[in-house]
Formats: sequence, structure tokens, C-alpha cells
Amino acid sequence: MFRSTISLTTRRQLAASIARHPTALPSVSLLTRSFSATRAFRDDTDDTVAKTSLHTLTEDEQMMREMVSRFAVDVVQPKVSEMDEAEKMDPAIIKGLFDNGLMGVETPAEFSGAEASFLSAILVIEELARIDPSISVLCDVHNTLVNTVFRHYASDHLKQKYLPLLATEKLGCFCLSEAGSGSDAFALQTRAELKGDHYVINGSKMWITNSGEADIFLVFATVDPSKGYKGITCFVVERDMGVTIAKKEKKLGIRASSTCQLSFDDMRVPVENVVGEVGKGYKIAIEILNEGRIGIAAQMLGLAQGAFDTAMPYMFQRKQFGSFIGDFQAMQHQYAQIAVEIEAARLLTYNAARLKEEGKPFIKEAAMAKLYASQVAERASSKAVEWMGGVGFTRDVPAEKFYRDCKIGAIYEGTSNIQLQTIAKLLAKDYRE
Amino acid sequence: MSSGLRILVGVKRVVDSAVKVRVNSTQTGVETANVKHSMNPFDEIAVEEAIRLREKQKGNDKIQEIIALSCGPAKAQETLRTALAMGADRAIHVKTDEMLEPLSVAKLFSRIISEEKPNLVILGKQAIDDDSNQTGQMLAGLLNWPQATFASKVDIKDNSSLEVVREVDGGLETVTSSLPAIVTTDLRLNEPRYASLPNIMKAKKKPLKTISPADLGVDIKARLQTIKVTEPPKRQGGTVVDSVDELLNKLRNEAKVL
Repeated sequence: MFRSTISLTTRRQLAASIARHPTALPSVSLLTRSFSATRAFRDDTDDTVAKTSLHTLTEDEQMMREMVSRFAVDVVQPKVSEMDEAEKMDPAIIKGLFDNGLMGVETPAEFSGAEASFLSAILVIEELARIDPSISVLCDVHNTLVNTVFRHYASDHLKQKYLPLLATEKLGCFCLSEAGSGSDAFALQTRAELKGDHYVINGSKMWITNSGEADIFLVFATVDPSKGYKGITCFVVERDMGVTIAKKEKKLGIRASSTCQLSFDDMRVPVENVVGEVGKGYKIAIEILNEGRIGIAAQMLGLAQGAFDTAMPYMFQRKQFGSFIGDFQAMQHQYAQIAVEIEAARLLTYNAARLKEEGKPFIKEAAMAKLYASQVAERASSKAVEWMGGVGFTRDVPAEKFYRDCKIGAIYEGTSNIQLQTIAKLLAKDYRE
Repeated sequence: MSSGLRILVGVKRVVDSAVKVRVNSTQTGVETANVKHSMNPFDEIAVEEAIRLREKQKGNDKIQEIIALSCGPAKAQETLRTALAMGADRAIHVKTDEMLEPLSVAKLFSRIISEEKPNLVILGKQAIDDDSNQTGQMLAGLLNWPQATFASKVDIKDNSSLEVVREVDGGLETVTSSLPAIVTTDLRLNEPRYASLPNIMKAKKKPLKTISPADLGVDIKARLQTIKVTEPPKRQGGTVVDSVDELLNKLRNEAKVL
């Protein structure tokens, strides 16, 4: 049975409000249904849901968390600093992610995936970010954006062809942003023209995560600029169809993660590589980014925890004025405060993930989790640098790296301003007459 | 004879090696409540070795089945699930909340082995909680099977013999034995794999049987009594001596070791 947390009156108001604006932009109608094709992983009965805390994981979720934590510490950690300095991802680590099934978390077993829950993916992203937010975002984009687009929208042919590759060997990326279209995603200019059994794509993309190492690209392009957002279409593109890397960006943080400008010059893509329907790319982009935000929240949460775990032991090693610095009240209050904020970010993130799994509305909660987790990541990593003093400011310890890595959280997959807009829009609908 | 070999591995749930252990307030043992537990690292090596043998052995020496066995409280099932996620085919849980001594564990194992009839039993050389290093040897004694302890290399030959390289004080010792046999693992035998995500999910569907010591007719009453558990004395700071004479004097008169 479907039980909503929204009161009956609010639901009526919502329905009325939606009825009054039938022609509004797509995002207006988002609350009326949940955009999650994943099946619910929990029985929606009072017995099971009401009595568990958000820290209660299933046995397999718990095992995955522990496994990923070990992988991160044993395999990723020794390479973190080297990869950051070189601004390059170690291919052995990407292979390790594939070999251990971390690149097809929700992918069905028939397509070589783990067929695990959405929260499992969230836990994977969080645990990786505690050690390296760069590896974490690589895994996040691949799982929560690329794999999910294939699972939800692609034809059976495309699923069969690409999901097993994406689960076992080929990295994916999500190509939406352009020089002139960031938050205003639907202002994109990349053109796709139908020529026989192929589309010919021309244009360029900016700030594409994973594009340096990826083989499979989800490219958003318009088939007819006169149709506005209703011309936007999503294509599966393989690197050798003609994706050119125009420039690799040099960045403040998450430097091991590749971010590139791409250009497409008369790139021929077969008609069957259209994902979903022609002209429905805008819908795919909106829906996928709604749940993708929970992944970024998890990355920022892991980052905050990682920074905290870096600084805390130091507080009980370093003595000044004859006491551990962690025993001074001024420090105690600071780390207690940060711990509370990390816990709050964790609850927001897990709750948004569980809501999505249960098939309930989660868009507002996802935006809240992403916004807040990125703010907490910034505060926690900033404090971690301060708490470690001169040592924290050096590149010998990862505190400064977490501090550099956190800034992206307020920018990608919807800036903080866009999250606030989303939250405000959904709130206003509840109250507006 | 059936067409392949069957391996039984023992796994124990212990306090995680990264946890700083603390003696409990009643001084009867270490604190285990709200403490992270995992599979005994030597047992992980045992599971890994069984899986590697399966990956390596072909033809008549093919490994037909890997069975994981654990004796302990309800939560020992988590450890068995880990063994299943690593690659074991099925699991047996002898469930008891009693503290088990190596002799009791060996008796429980011998009873299960007489039913399951594996060709090879691989155990960790010791568990990192009690460091007893006895179960494998006692089990070999009870079953009257050959044993190869502290293994750093294991090979099965012709479906009937085993060649094991053992780590002994003087170096490496190579022994051969007939099957069935008991092997206990040393640290350098292999590096255990991670349980991959798809295998963690598949482990949920693998069979796990639970039985009690009473079902097996084994008396698990403790033969040993723990008088008291205390923390090791805190290390006293060392001193720097000026001369050999002073050192000798201290060793002779203060430390009284000469």
C-alpha cells in the first residue's frame, strides 16, 4: 500500500495547484510521481519501516560497506597523493573498481551487475570519498548517472549491449553542460541532424567528469533548436565514433578525476543509439539529476567524514601547554559541532536514498541532502586543516586536499543556488493558495 | 569415489584486528559489545586458499565443493556470509552462545566432518582473539588424519596426495601427505580477495544450515577456567646508559637478567 508522509490536505493542495498549471515546465509536475524505476527494496509496512533507524543496514549493505572501506584503505589510499599531484587517475584503481563489482552496483545480475540497492551505491560512494573524493565521483557518475540512464530509459538492445560493458570494463560519462549552458541546462547548442539511419552530431561540451578515461558517452543534443527543450535528445556515443578531447581542465580539487572539454565534428551516431524517445532528453536529464544529487550528497558526506577522521587522531597526539589539543574546551566544542553536522548530513542523505528506494517523493529531500552535505563538507574540511595547524596546511596530510576537493560539491549536479531554488519551489507549492 | 574433491574451511568471528581491545570491567575477558568484528584473518586465508585450489585444480583433482563451517553465536552467520561471498558454496553454523575452547571446536568439527566427509580441511593456524593455535592439531588427533600446519604453499596431486610447504623456525619445510588431511594456514600462504559486490548479493541465496552442539551430541562444557584477564603492564620509559660497565651493572643488579 502506498503511504505518503505528506498530509492529505497538502496532497489536495498539490493536486489542485498542479491542475491549475497543466502547461507548466516539466519540473513542476515532479512531485506527483516518483521518478525511480528501481523496485522498492523494503516492504512498506509499519512493522519494518517504522522501527528501524537510518543506520540500520541490511546484511549485504553492511558487507558491501565494509568491503569498500577495505578496498579504499588498502588499494586507493596509497595512491591518493600521487594521483592528486599528477592530476591523473591510476588505471589500476579503475580496474579494481570494475573487478570488485563497484561499477555496476544496481545493474541487474543478467547484465553482470550486483543488482544491489540504491543505498548500496550511496554507501559505496561515501566509503570511497572518505579516502578519495576523486575516485568517489568517478564511481558516482558512472553508477548513479550513466548506469541509471541505461537501466531506466534505454531500449533492450542498448541495455544488452552496454550495461554489461559498463559493469565490467568500460567507463561512462554524462555530457550535458556546455560553455553557454550550465544551470540553464536546456539552453544547450549541440546539434543532432538525422541523415538516413544516422544522426550527425556537431557541437561541444564542457566540464565533463570522467571524459578523459571514458569509452561510453551519454550526449545530450537537440534535434531541432526551434522546439526549445522539447528538441533535446539523449544519445549513446562510443569514443571511437568521433569524440575529441579538446582540453583537459586543471582544477582546484578532485584533480585525479578527469574533467574535459569535448568536441564533436560531424560525428555519426546510429539511430538505434537514441536513449528513450527523440525529444525526451530533457526529461531524462532532469530525472537522473534528481537522484544523482543523492550520490553527490554521499560523496560530500564521505569527504566530511574523511577530513574529520584525518584530524581527530592528531588532536590526541599533539600536545601544547602540557595538554592534548583535543582536550581544550575550545577544540572540544568545535569537533562536537562538526560531528553533529556530519551526522545530520548522513541522516539527510540516507533518508533521501531510502525514500527513493521506497518509491516515495524524494526530490526536495535529495536537494536538501546535496546542499547540506556540501556545506558540511566545506566546514568539516576547513576545520580539519585548522585543527592540524601547520601540519594541516602541508600536502603531507590529506586535510588540505579534502578542503580543495569540497568546493566542487557546491557546483556540480546543480549548484547550491539551484538546490535552494528546487527546495523553495516545492515548498511554495505546499503553501500557495 | 565422486568425481571431485570437497574442501571444508573453518571460519571464526573475532574482534577486528584494527580494534584497540580493552579488558571488560569484570576482568573475565575483553570487551566485545559494540566492537567491530570480522573474520579471523588466518581463516580468510583458508577460504582464499580453498577458492584458489578450485580455480587451479582441473580434471580428477577438480574441487567439487567448498563448505564453510563456523561455531559460535548468532552473529557468526555474518562471518559465514562473508565466506560465501568470497566463494564458498554452502555454510554450516553450529550455533551456541557458550565460550568455546579449542577442544570443543575440534570435537564439533570432527562430528561435522564425519557427516560431510571432505577430502581436505583448511583452518587458520590460530584465531587472533585467543591465539590458541590448537584446533587444527586437536582435530587431526581426533580424526587420526595427517596434518600440515603453518602452510605457506599447498598443492593437491593426483586426487590423493597433498604437498605443503610449511614455515618453520629454520626456514621452509616441504611435506607430503595422503588425503584426507588437515592444513592450517600461515600468513604468507596468499592474500585474500575482497568479496565483490555481485558475489555479496549472490551469497544471500547460498544455503546456510544451522545446528546446535546438542544436535551433534557434543559436550562443549569448558575444561579450562579463566581466573582473571588483565591488560599488559604499561611500558616504562627506558634510560640511556653512559658505558658498557653501567649497562652490565644495571642488567645484573636491577633487571637481574645476568
